[in-house]
Amino acid sequence: MIGAHLPALQVVVPLIAAPVCVLLRRPRLAWGLATLINWICFGVATALLARVLTEGSISYPLGGWAAPWGIEYRVDVVNAFVLVIVAGVSALVVLFARASVEKEIPAERIYLFYTLWLLCVTGLLGMAVTGDAFNLFVFLEISSLSSYALISLGPERRALTAAYRYLVMGTIGATFILIGIGLLYMMTGTLNMMDLARHLPAVAGTRTVIVAFGFLTVGISLKIALFPLHSWLPNAYTYAPSAVSALLAATATKVGVYMLLRFFFTIVGPYFSFEVMAEGGLLIAIALLATVFGSVVAIFQDNIKSMLAYSSIAQIGYMVLGISLVSVTGLTAGIVHLFNHALIKAGLFMAVGCLAFRLRAVTLQEIAGIGRYMPWTMAAFVVGGLSLIGVPLTVGFISKWYLVLGALERSWWPVAGIILFTSLLAVVYIWRVVEAAYFRTAPNRGHPTRFQEAPWSMLVPTWVVILANVYFGISPSFPIDIAQRAAQALLSPLP
Amino acid sequence: MNPDLAVLLAPVIPAIGAVLIGFTGSRPNVREAMTLATGGVLFGVVLSLYPAVAAGSRPAAILFASLPGLPIALEVEPLGMLFGLVASGLWIVTSVYSIGYMRGHHEPNQTRFYVCFAIAISSAMGVAFAANMFTLFVFYEVLTLSTYPLVTHSGTEEAKRAGRLYLGILLGTSIGLQLLAIVWTWSLAGTLDFVPGGILTDVASPLVLGILFALYVFGMGKAALMPFHRWLPAAMVAPTPVSALLHAVAVVKAGVFAILKVAIYIFGLDLLSASGITHWLTYVAAATILIASIVAMTRDNLKARLAYSTISQLSYVVLGALLANAWGVVGGGLQIVMHAFAKITLFFCAGAIMVAAHKTEISEMGGLGRTMPITMFAFLIGSLSIIGLPPMGGMWSKWYLAVGTVEAHQFLLLGVLMASSLFNVAYLLPIPVRAFFGAPPAGEKDARTPAGIREAPMFCLIALSVTALGCVWLFFNPDPFYSLMNQIVAPENAR
Repeated sequence: MIGAHLPALQVVVPLIAAPVCVLLRRPRLAWGLATLINWICFGVATALLARVLTEGSISYPLGGWAAPWGIEYRVDVVNAFVLVIVAGVSALVVLFARASVEKEIPAERIYLFYTLWLLCVTGLLGMAVTGDAFNLFVFLEISSLSSYALISLGPERRALTAAYRYLVMGTIGATFILIGIGLLYMMTGTLNMMDLARHLPAVAGTRTVIVAFGFLTVGISLKIALFPLHSWLPNAYTYAPSAVSALLAATATKVGVYMLLRFFFTIVGPYFSFEVMAEGGLLIAIALLATVFGSVVAIFQDNIKSMLAYSSIAQIGYMVLGISLVSVTGLTAGIVHLFNHALIKAGLFMAVGCLAFRLRAVTLQEIAGIGRYMPWTMAAFVVGGLSLIGVPLTVGFISKWYLVLGALERSWWPVAGIILFTSLLAVVYIWRVVEAAYFRTAPNRGHPTRFQEAPWSMLVPTWVVILANVYFGISPSFPIDIAQRAAQALLSPLP
Repeated sequence: MNPDLAVLLAPVIPAIGAVLIGFTGSRPNVREAMTLATGGVLFGVVLSLYPAVAAGSRPAAILFASLPGLPIALEVEPLGMLFGLVASGLWIVTSVYSIGYMRGHHEPNQTRFYVCFAIAISSAMGVAFAANMFTLFVFYEVLTLSTYPLVTHSGTEEAKRAGRLYLGILLGTSIGLQLLAIVWTWSLAGTLDFVPGGILTDVASPLVLGILFALYVFGMGKAALMPFHRWLPAAMVAPTPVSALLHAVAVVKAGVFAILKVAIYIFGLDLLSASGITHWLTYVAAATILIASIVAMTRDNLKARLAYSTISQLSYVVLGALLANAWGVVGGGLQIVMHAFAKITLFFCAGAIMVAAHKTEISEMGGLGRTMPITMFAFLIGSLSIIGLPPMGGMWSKWYLAVGTVEAHQFLLLGVLMASSLFNVAYLLPIPVRAFFGAPPAGEKDARTPAGIREAPMFCLIALSVTALGCVWLFFNPDPFYSLMNQIVAPENAR
C-alpha cells in the first residue's frame, strides 16, 4: 500500500515536516524531528533504489493524473541513486549538526535552521525524483531559496554578502533554466520529460530549440558552479555554517550534475547534445580548465573551508569531464564520482566542522599542532584528504581509475595526463594542512578546554562517512554496478 | 604451515604488530618486545614459504575483490620470495639495532616510529608477494605514505622540507607516470596479472610499448633513477635505522624490484630484447651509476655519501632488468640481496658512529678505528662487498651483471660497471683507511693517549656484526638466492 506511494512520500514527508518544525520552536525538538524525517527519507530512498534495481523504472502519476497531462514522478536507476546519495548524506550530516549548530547559531534561530534544512532537502529530493521539467524548476527554486537563507545563518557577517551573491547568481541561473524550459514547451507543447524526448527530434533543427539548449546549458552550469561560472561557490561554502557546507558541498552540486545528465541524455538525447551541437569538445575544455583552476587556487588558500570549496570546483570538473566523454566508461566515471565525491567532501567538511567547534577560525595558522589535541578529527581529515587525492583503497582512486580509463579508451592522452596532474595538485593542498597540523608547533593556546576533541556526536557521523570512503574504496562493486547500469540506461535510445 | 595461509599472513602479521605496538606504547620494553616478536614470527612465516617456492609451486591468496577483474591478490614467485626474505630477515636485525639506537640517541615519539616501521614492512611484504600490478601499486603507495612520518620524524624545518620532497617525487612519479602506465596496460591487455612471458605480446606497436616501458621505469620513483633521485639524499634526515632498512633495503628495493617484475612478468624478456625498446634507457641507468658515484665522492657527510652510493647501486638492478637477458636478470636479483646486506651494514656503522662518537662528517673520523674497532671493521667488510671483491657476496651480483652486458654485446656498459667499481673504491675505502691509520682531528685529545674502546650500545654492535657476517656468508652460499633467480630465467632447472 505505502510501497506504491514511495515516490510521492519522498518529497511530501519532508515538505510537511518543515512547517511543523516552525511550530515546535524548541531547538532540540526541531532537531529531533529533522533527524527523524531525514532518516525516513533515507529509508524511502533506499527502498526505491531496491525496487528499481529489481523491477525496473517506476512511474508515479501525482494525484492520479496520467502523464503527460499530470505531473509524473519517474524513478529509474539514475535518479534512485541520486536520491540515496542526497538522503544518506543529509541523514548523517543532520546527526552531526546538533552540536555544531548549537555552537554556531543563536538558540532562538535554531528551529528556523532546521525548517530551512528540511525545505532544502525537499527541494533536492524533488529535483531528483520528478519526471516533469517545470516541476523540476519549482523544486530547484525551493532548494535554492532555502540554501540562500541557510548560508546567511553563518556565524560571520560575511555570510550575508556570500549568500547575497549566491542569490543573484543562482537566480540568474534559475531564470535561464526557466527560459530554456519555456522555449521547449513552446515548441513541443509538453513539459513531461519522456514526452519532451519523444517530440523534440521532430523540431530539433529549429533555432528556438538551439537557443533553449544554450539557455539550459548555461543555467545548469551556473547552478553546478562549472568554471567560469563558479564565482558564487567559494564564499558560500566558506562562510556557511559547518553543517550547511557539508550538506551543500555533498548534495547540491550532485543534484545539479544529475540535472545536466537528464537534460543532455534523456531529454535532448546524446545524439543532439554531442553530435549536432558538438557540446563535447567545449565541455571537455571547460572541465579541464575547471580541474586545473580549482586545484591551483586551492593551493593558495589559508582558510581550509575555502580550500575545500575551490577543490569542489575542480571535482565538478571531473564529473563533467566524465560525462562529456560520452562513453559507458566515461559516464560510469562521472556518475560514480557523484557518489564518491559526496562521501569525500561530506567527510572533509565534517572534519573541518569538528575543528571549527574548538577553534576561532579554521586557518592554517590556527590549526598548527592540532594533531596532538584533536587526534581523531585530524585522522579523519587525513583519510578524507587521501581519498580526495585518489590514493588506492579509497573511493577517490576508483573515480580516477575510471576517468583515466575513459580518457585512454578514446586515446586522449593529454586528458589522462591532466587528470593525474591535478591529483598531484591535490597532494599539495592537502599536505599543507597535514604539515601544519602535525609538524608545526602549537601556539600558546588560551583556555585548556580548547585542547579537547570535538564531541562524540560530531565525531561518530564524521567517522561513519570517512569509513564509508575506505569501505567503498576497497569493495566498490555496489556504486560501480549501479553507475554502469545508469550509464547504459542513459546512452541507450529511448524505448 | 599451509603455504596459501602463510602468503596471506605475510602482510597481515606486521599490520597486527603495528596495532599491538601502538597499544603498548606506554611501556617501552613491552613495545620493543612486540616489535621483535612480530619480526621473528614474520620471518618464520616467510621462510616457511621457501621450500614450496623453490620446488616450483606458487602459493596464492586473495585478500579481497576490488574493482571488477582486479582483485587485491597475493602470489609468491621466486623474485618476490627473494625480496620478501631479504626485507623480513633484515627487519629483525634492524629492530635489534633500533632499540640500541633510539634509546642511545634519546629520540622522541618512539611509538610512532615503531608503528610506522611495522606498517612499512607490511606494505613491503605486499609489494613482494603482489599477484598483479594493481596490488603492487596499492602497497607501493601505502609504503610511501607510511614512511613519510619516519622521514619527518624530527619535525625540524629541514625534515619537513625533506618530507615534502619525498612525497612530491614519490607520489608525483607514481601517480603521474606509473598509474598512467597501469591504466594504459589494463586498457591494452585487459589484465594486470603477473604472467611469465608477459601480457603485452602482440597488443601494441613497439613505439607504444617503448613509451609504456619508460613510464613504468621512471614511474617507479623509489628506484631513484636520475632525474628522480633527489628524494633519497633528502630522506637521510630520518633516524638511521630508517635510512638503513627502508632507504637501503625495503623502500628503494621495492622500486627496483617492481621494475624487474614489470620487465619479467608484464613485458616479458623476449619482448623487451626483441623490440629494442630498452636501449636508450640503459644509457640513463649507466649515467645514473656514474654520476651518482662521482657525486658521492664529493660528499663529506657520511650518510649523504652512502645515499648517493645507494642511487648508483640501485641502477645496477635497473640495468640488469634493461639488459633483458638471463644473466642480467639473475645479476639484478642477486644485487637486491647483496647490496641490501652490504648497505645496511654501512648505515648501521654510520649510526653507531653517530651515537657513540657524535660524528657525522667523514673528515672528522680519523683515528676512529682505535675507539670503535668492531664498527670500523664491519664498515670495511660492507665496503668491500659494495665494491664487489671476494670474499664478499657483492662479487656475485657484479659478476652476473658483467656477464649479462657481454651477452648483450654492450661492451660500453661493461666498461661502466668496471669504472663504477673503481669509483666505489675511491669513495668508500678512504673511510676505514682514515679511521685505522689516520690521526684524529686537531682539538681532540692526542691519539697516542689510549682513549680506550668506546663502542656503540650492545644492540647496535650485534646488529651490524650480523649483517657484516652475512656479507661474507653470502659469498660462500649464494645458492638459495641464485637458484630462485635461475628458476625465473630457466624454469626447466627448477629443483
